[in-house]
Amino acid sequence: MILGPLAAGAGLACLKPERLRRLLVASVTLAVAGGALALARLPAPGDLAGFHHHALNLAMSVVEAGMGLYVIYVGSRARRPLIVALMLAQAGLLGWLEWAHGSRLVAAHNLFLDKLSIIMALINGLVGGGICLYALGYMEEYQALHREVADRRPFFFALLFVFLGAMFGVIFANNLLWLFLFWEITTLCSFLLIGYTQTAEARRNALRALEMNLAGGLAFALAIVWLFQRTGSIELQTLITQKSALALAPAALLCFAGLTKSAQMPFSSWLLGAMVAPTPVSALLHSSTMVKAGVYLVLRMAPIITGTKVGLLVALVGAVTFLIGSLAAISASDAKKVLAYSTVANLGLIVVCSGIGTYAAVWAGVLLIIFHAVAKCLLFLCVGAVEHRLHSRDIEAMSGLLLKMPRLAVMMLIGMAGMFLAPFGMLISKWAVLKAVVDAYPALSLFIVFGSAATLFFWVKWMGKLLESVHPQEPERSDLALGESLALYGLSATTFLACLFFPLISSRFIEPYVVGVYGQCVSMSPGNLIIMTIMMVMILLFPLSFLNYGRGVKVMDAYLGGANLHSSVRFLGSANQPQTVTTNNYYLRSFFPEPALARWGVMLGTALLACMLTLAVAGPGAEARTPKETLKPEVQAPPPMVQTGAPDEAQLPANSATRRRPDFGLWNRRL
Amino acid sequence: MNPWLRVSIYFVGAPLLGGLLAGWDRRISARMQSRQGPPLLQPFYDVLKLWQKENIVVRRSQNFYIFFFLLLVIFTGALFFAGSDLLLVIFALTLAAIFFVLGAYKASSPYSFLGAERELLQMMAYEPMVLLTAIGMYMVTRSFYVHEIASHPTLLVLGLPGVFLGFLYTLEIKFRKSPFDLSSSHHAHQELVRGITTEFSGRALALIEIAHWYETVFLLGWVYLFFAASPLLGAAVSVLVFLFIILVDNVFARLTWQTALRSAWLAAAVLGGGNILVLSLLR
Repeated sequence: MILGPLAAGAGLACLKPERLRRLLVASVTLAVAGGALALARLPAPGDLAGFHHHALNLAMSVVEAGMGLYVIYVGSRARRPLIVALMLAQAGLLGWLEWAHGSRLVAAHNLFLDKLSIIMALINGLVGGGICLYALGYMEEYQALHREVADRRPFFFALLFVFLGAMFGVIFANNLLWLFLFWEITTLCSFLLIGYTQTAEARRNALRALEMNLAGGLAFALAIVWLFQRTGSIELQTLITQKSALALAPAALLCFAGLTKSAQMPFSSWLLGAMVAPTPVSALLHSSTMVKAGVYLVLRMAPIITGTKVGLLVALVGAVTFLIGSLAAISASDAKKVLAYSTVANLGLIVVCSGIGTYAAVWAGVLLIIFHAVAKCLLFLCVGAVEHRLHSRDIEAMSGLLLKMPRLAVMMLIGMAGMFLAPFGMLISKWAVLKAVVDAYPALSLFIVFGSAATLFFWVKWMGKLLESVHPQEPERSDLALGESLALYGLSATTFLACLFFPLISSRFIEPYVVGVYGQCVSMSPGNLIIMTIMMVMILLFPLSFLNYGRGVKVMDAYLGGANLHSSVRFLGSANQPQTVTTNNYYLRSFFPEPALARWGVMLGTALLACMLTLAVAGPGAEARTPKETLKPEVQAPPPMVQTGAPDEAQLPANSATRRRPDFGLWNRRL
Repeated sequence: MNPWLRVSIYFVGAPLLGGLLAGWDRRISARMQSRQGPPLLQPFYDVLKLWQKENIVVRRSQNFYIFFFLLLVIFTGALFFAGSDLLLVIFALTLAAIFFVLGAYKASSPYSFLGAERELLQMMAYEPMVLLTAIGMYMVTRSFYVHEIASHPTLLVLGLPGVFLGFLYTLEIKFRKSPFDLSSSHHAHQELVRGITTEFSGRALALIEIAHWYETVFLLGWVYLFFAASPLLGAAVSVLVFLFIILVDNVFARLTWQTALRSAWLAAAVLGGGNILVLSLLR
């Protein structure tokens, strides 16, 4: 699965003819999606043995060296000394590691497979595959609309598939050196994709993305060296199952790498800058790949950092990001920017879950990853399609879209509902996050409640803009390409299905993973599930009311202070001047000024990250985990959640009095 | 009591009680302004009259949203009185409110558009405190379930004085009364006209009225929850809170949205957040 897309990418780079490309893209996408589905049906996932080949390692080294040289070339040509320095530092570290311990750098298992990697593979295969299909039609329109952009479609599609392949690599790799290679490939691919149009802005943003992700890469390299020095292993599984605090420093470094890639607060500007790329790239970066690689890594670290100060700081970074991202989204009227801020915010929520790292939080985090990927991808693809038809992606321009492009507007509404509305997926996740946060660090819930209020505001006003039609609109003919329709309809259906089958997803995939790591798990209680289902049914009934459309009502003009000029939109203003009605949304720009929010975010994020790294690296390590900190409030099983698969209940203190005595050490980290 | 029985009583009783409260509100307000005021049953007469009116709309689908608004408000209250998860109750309430706002957007008139925007602002203003209230109750009782919160042996308000005050503040916003009648003025001669409900008439307006009755009962039920350990005290405080809201309505002029949002968030952060911080430190 890793090699398939990579090979396809290489093939696509050489293919010029449009029709052949379509065939290849479609077939590889199908193969990848099929592979992911087949993987999900595997009965007992476990370690994948094999793949020890000297030639393979050699090839990887060559690829790595080549990438390093290319990055240095790019950095020096763009006169960005930071890029060169970061790359040289990484290369120096890894080169030294190779030189000093070359023969001992072997992993028993280079690849491995568990339920989390399967979930990620499904997202990557299905959502990512959908984006590739969509891109076929979209890029054709794009090149026709943007004559000034050089047509480099073979290159573009090649990168998409290399990206997908590398993402599979990140998900399945157990050998950290392999993981690092794939990690760097995604960095490089995103750099090239963001810079696709080669305008000055695109280049600048691409370089910024490269810079920030290389900083994460450096932390990654440091983590590998550190881990090897301390434990003599370069395997992810060894790191995760390390009980000692030895693993804390490498884990913190890996978290740092994950935070850069998932665009958390000091680094979120690269993801916002990535909007300049064609929409499929944004969709890919925002939903299924790249940023999800970041949160995937942080989520993997959750069992190590749970209950430590490092974990608390990671959670704080996520909480600050969630709040600031949500507030900043209010003031944005560019649809893609709103989506970008919302991505940053939701990733923040996932990071909060990872930082808390209790079993309930991790359960919520995985849920968030799934639902966010689907709904966000749908929204990006809708915005892309709408942008091509309206020649604008300003939300104000989408006024009355429900009448103008009913199908796209309905799909967009579904996507938005999926992002924040009960009973859709993201809300189930937010419910779980709130519970997990209140159990672990109640103060953090402050960030979440204010952030969710902001979320509500910016989504609903966008929804309202699609619905309202102050000025009459004529419906336009739908002319979506086949790939586009497939992706859009598929994702809309998935948004619904993922909510309907959420209990199944939870019990088949998420719970086994969480139980595997923590020995226990939570889920939604049956009563609450029924309530959610009833709400879902109500929402589904809503379209039925349109059967009654226009019956028994008398249509009149809107009230315009009694001065209507025979219409809902023209009225007699002062001095008897005819005026036309215009309505615009609130953006509260003086209340939530974007630059100031960004500044705060960067300052807070940098301070928190600096604290985290100092604590992890300079801190005495083992002492960082005092018994007091391992005291987790989830001792007392939160009643609203159902306990499943708790093998040894005896270890759970029976009453709340025990909670005050922090003398039961590491009980909650049964691994 | 059986939860189904409670829900049934709520389903039938809430509109009656809510309507009476609305009539009482109008009488007390009138007395505060040295007027006689309408009869106690006036809200019921109003709704009956609205029901017989012609169905006039600007956009043909606008009333569907209102129907679902009512449905979800009833559902929210039913969840609450059945003793469900408080967070789910809040989410259902939000969903209901969103249907109301979307209906106003759909009506596509400048006044209802403005009302919808402002209603959203108000939702943004009260949402944090409402969630913090649920969290505060959880921290005291270790449960999000209303039936378990209600059967907690001690008065919740003793542990949650800040949260209670903050919740009172949000109630002012939630009832859309002065000083927070930003989205829907009760006095249609002002610049806002009727705001969010400008374009709703006849049966749709009647449904909105009924939804407000249900909502009033549900919200006062939540106030009661703070004093659930002592039912009589709880009922008395609920009535007092209702009177207090009427008093505030008559005493204050409308605030700007900036002040409303800022003060509501400040109240949520200081009163609610502070209370929760103290609780988490005491734990």
